[in-house]
Amino acid sequence: MRANRKRRLVIVVGLVALVAVAVGLTLYALRANINLFFTPSQIAAGEAPHDRTMRIGGVVKKGSVERSGDSLQVAFSVTDFASDVRVSYDDILPDLFREGQGVVVIGRLRDDGEFIAQQVLAKHDENYMPPEVAEALKATGNLPDGSVPSS
Amino acid sequence: MWTFIHKLGSPKWCYTLCGRLQPGFWAAAALLLCVGSVWALGYSPRDYQMGDSYRIIYVHVPSAILAQSIFIAMAVASAVLLVWKIKVADMAARVMAPFGAAMTFLALFSGSLWGVPTWGTWWTWDARLTSMLIQLFLYLGVIALRGAFGSADQGAKAVAVLTLVGVVNIPIIKYSVVWWNTLHQPATFTLTQPPAMVASMWMPLLVMVLGFYCFFIALTLYRLRNEILRRESRTRWVQELAD
Repeated sequence: MRANRKRRLVIVVGLVALVAVAVGLTLYALRANINLFFTPSQIAAGEAPHDRTMRIGGVVKKGSVERSGDSLQVAFSVTDFASDVRVSYDDILPDLFREGQGVVVIGRLRDDGEFIAQQVLAKHDENYMPPEVAEALKATGNLPDGSVPSS
Repeated sequence: MWTFIHKLGSPKWCYTLCGRLQPGFWAAAALLLCVGSVWALGYSPRDYQMGDSYRIIYVHVPSAILAQSIFIAMAVASAVLLVWKIKVADMAARVMAPFGAAMTFLALFSGSLWGVPTWGTWWTWDARLTSMLIQLFLYLGVIALRGAFGSADQGAKAVAVLTLVGVVNIPIIKYSVVWWNTLHQPATFTLTQPPAMVASMWMPLLVMVLGFYCFFIALTLYRLRNEILRRESRTRWVQELAD
């Protein structure tokens, strides 16, 4: 390799490395803002703001969903298996919403610790499977937690 | 090996090689995409939670993979141009960019369509979606920067530098779902573990990914030939070809 090519190669590699370090440091500094949601543990630890719109994420706690008989009003707990947050919501839930399902909830945290939701998004995990496989896994108790087959 | 690479740098030789490779890739792309679509839409099983809407994966994942691979290919070509001053590398980088932008748009668009029934929203500013949107802007920026220069030979260096800077975004897209908490789920396929999917679901996906790759390669060979003829139009071998 001729000397000037070698020099240009060093410059190119150096350029990419420098940009990578710069972007990496920026993202590291902004990491709290890039996270899409707060976890229930962070809320329990008081890391989440109380007076503005934010997102919380976790799993809908089994047996926690209470629906009102005559309206869309629904209340449920979001858990990360360490802490829970009680959420109330008054709109249409996504199809994938069910107990044990991951959700991201947008809304405000009231001072009494209840979360008033404006929008509920369902999270999907990376496991895809046909209904028969899901049934078979359910029968042997191997279905990942939070995956309830639809009927 | 080295002589082969050196020959590849010659526009005339590259033109001939592209012409020879082209038909095979077109045929493979047509076969794989036909088989893949019919298999994916007709024969692979439904998902136990999402039903049929998960079939968007058969377009979404290949286009997202292509969007990232094409940018890496462009970055490699840019490095070759900057270090070894091989013009064919710049031509290749140029012809790949529009298809890469199209694939990025398709990944975002199909993901958006998928998000409505699954998540309950078209768009959210999570790290994966945002970094992919930045990728689209990088593609458009590369294309626009090249367009801002008058002739094809000018601006090649500036475009190459922008491409190399932009390639930093690729690992961010890849690991966004690992580094931060996002609405987008983590990758289903990893190199270290067996896929979290049954074979009847991932086999058609693999066929579709290979089909997308073959289509991209065939299209690039075709467009590269045109680009070589356009840029080398003053050389004797092109004029002899035209006569």
